[in-house]
Amino acid sequence: MSSEMPEPLSKEHPDSISRRDFLKKTALIAAGILAPAAALELTMMLEGASPASAHPGNLCNPEPGHGTPGCHVEITTSTTVISGNAAGPGGTTATQTQPHWQFLVDTNKCVGCGFCVKACKLENEVPYDANASRTWVERYVITKDGAFHADSPLGARDGFITPEIDLGEGETLEIPPEDISRAFFVPKLCNQCNKPPCVQVCPVGATYKSPDGVVLVDRTWCIGCGYCVNACPYGARFFHPVYDTAEKCTFCEHRISKGLLPACVQACPFGVRQIGNQNDPNDAVAQVIATQHLQVLKGAYGTDPQCFYIGLDWEVR
Amino acid sequence: MVHGELWTIKELFVLQNEYVIWAIQIVMYPFMTGLVAGAFVLSSLYHVFGFKKLEGIARFALVFSFALLPGALVPLLLHLQHPLRGINVMMTPHFVSAIAAFGIVFSLYFAIVASEIWFLYRRHFVEHSRLLKEQGRHKPIRYKLLQFVHTVLTLGSFDISEEALQKDKKAIKWLAAVGIPVALFLHGYAGFIFGSVKANALWLTPLMPVIFIMSAIVSGIALCLLSYIVVMEIRKRRARRLRFKTYPATNRRGVSAREFERYDTQSGEIQSVEISVVKMTSRFLLIFLVFAISLELLDLVFRGYTAVNSWDILKSALYERDFLNIFILQYGLGNFVPLILLLTPRLTLKRTVLATALILLGVFMMRYNVVIGGQSFSLTFAGYMKYVLPIIPHDIETLKEGLVGALLVFIFPFVLFYIYSKIFPVFGGRESYSAE
Repeated sequence: MSSEMPEPLSKEHPDSISRRDFLKKTALIAAGILAPAAALELTMMLEGASPASAHPGNLCNPEPGHGTPGCHVEITTSTTVISGNAAGPGGTTATQTQPHWQFLVDTNKCVGCGFCVKACKLENEVPYDANASRTWVERYVITKDGAFHADSPLGARDGFITPEIDLGEGETLEIPPEDISRAFFVPKLCNQCNKPPCVQVCPVGATYKSPDGVVLVDRTWCIGCGYCVNACPYGARFFHPVYDTAEKCTFCEHRISKGLLPACVQACPFGVRQIGNQNDPNDAVAQVIATQHLQVLKGAYGTDPQCFYIGLDWEVR
Repeated sequence: MVHGELWTIKELFVLQNEYVIWAIQIVMYPFMTGLVAGAFVLSSLYHVFGFKKLEGIARFALVFSFALLPGALVPLLLHLQHPLRGINVMMTPHFVSAIAAFGIVFSLYFAIVASEIWFLYRRHFVEHSRLLKEQGRHKPIRYKLLQFVHTVLTLGSFDISEEALQKDKKAIKWLAAVGIPVALFLHGYAGFIFGSVKANALWLTPLMPVIFIMSAIVSGIALCLLSYIVVMEIRKRRARRLRFKTYPATNRRGVSAREFERYDTQSGEIQSVEISVVKMTSRFLLIFLVFAISLELLDLVFRGYTAVNSWDILKSALYERDFLNIFILQYGLGNFVPLILLLTPRLTLKRTVLATALILLGVFMMRYNVVIGGQSFSLTFAGYMKYVLPIIPHDIETLKEGLVGALLVFIFPFVLFYIYSKIFPVFGGRESYSAE
């Protein structure tokens, strides 16, 4: 029996390593990796910033190919805000409390370029040519006689390329510039309401408000009854053309939970869109929301929307 | 293509994500549920409140209500984007949702109707089971199968003593009484599903469940009355035809001399029973019709009077775009014409048939105008959506959510009723062995 037993490897093969050697070398490699990381961590803790904010460039353009031109001052501000709340490792005090995400839209700055819509579709895999979108931009034109005109062709995916108002069914309306008293653009997205009617009506609980305040849909459980689509006063929901389940904006939950910016915020060249964490006392966006005179959409519905607007015209529907 | 895009035409300022997503099957759902509830209420008028004149139609209405039940469930399943996940409603019911309890209410109602029918026909099952057993020894397999079905339906309870039958009768009364609120809940609940959608300016009204219940009773009674007259006419014709045939001819058709005699006397019996039942039922129909019309008009007047911010778009949708559907088909042909037809003295069968058919059209149009009408304008209150019913199916979606799907849903209960009527004798007279 004993003659059949294999001899210890170290004796048989001079090249092989012993267990002690193996452990030693492993520990050395691990220490080699951890030491610089720990040093970096220590440096940042002394500076009072999270690892993410140390590299704003990474946040602006996290994945090559997904980045959009124009990651400038406004976005950098947002970047700093969001990085402080990152729930990832190495975060500061903010990481210990659950974030509550809020959105701030400055309608005065919007030019209706539609970059946000484009970025959203690409990021969230909503078919590019589908006539539905998680976010969209509306154009409002009020003429001097008080008449109201508005449109949102393709949800403004391609921007507003013509001054003519889209009336549907291929018809358009041309308004002479001298007749216009005011005109503006309003970006819209899910309001992640604190009292979401869509969540209330879901018969199977497939849509729910996550602890960070974002309303999510479980595609594996949604039965596709459409009750939530009809219950949303903002028209933020639709059926995903591929999955046939309820679809909506999530503030790019998959990104913000990693300390990244939502795709639309990142893509906006004018800083119209910003995201903030209500639970972070140092969050610049949250401070604006807490201290300034802002508006919400359709407040009368009692949904407590978490998307706040600067300069919202009363004509906005 | 986004769900709903196929049959929605947008006009003026409509949001990109907006479509008519609750289409024809969601029109069928409250329509069919209403028929179920109405038929049950009609049968309960006899079983609970003791309106003896309704005896002839009560049993018919109950079995019809049972046959109509799948009509309440199937449209919902056909409408779901993931029908196979429909069972999730029972697995993780989210009770703050108005639809979450559907499975429970539906099952409860199903159980009540099934139990009531069982108690009503228990004696028939037992007697038939025994009779077929005696006769069936040398008969074809069909008899053996029928005997098996009847034996299974007795559920092992073979006691048909007077005492046991009295207990059955008591159980029927109780079940019919409990069934009324459940039937009304099943339907009022469909109204609540719409009435509670605060995002929809047309649907949002606490009157919606009450309006739905009233129109449900109206439609249920109308359908029962219409079907009752049609079935009775068929039976009458059959009896008459048999009377004029010679014995050998009838024998060739496999009808025995005893059965022939029965048909001979039945023709006259049917005639007199039918007219009295029709007159009594149409009186109930009138009462509920007046309630239904009053409530619907109250809702309309109230909206116009209060004229909140959605009124402008509602007004243009109601009075201009959907004028034909609402004021001509629903209120005119569907409500006022039958009201006059039924109110005019010396009611005839033909007039009743016309009136009930028009009432059914009116109630269907009411469901259509609520469901589709509610989605015919944008959330912006500045645009319209037009619904185009897919008529010729070219894929699974246009099949199940088109004209064909809706017709299938409507026809299915009649097929089911035909099958049921083979097992449960739904008409009075010698054919029935019920506890009554």
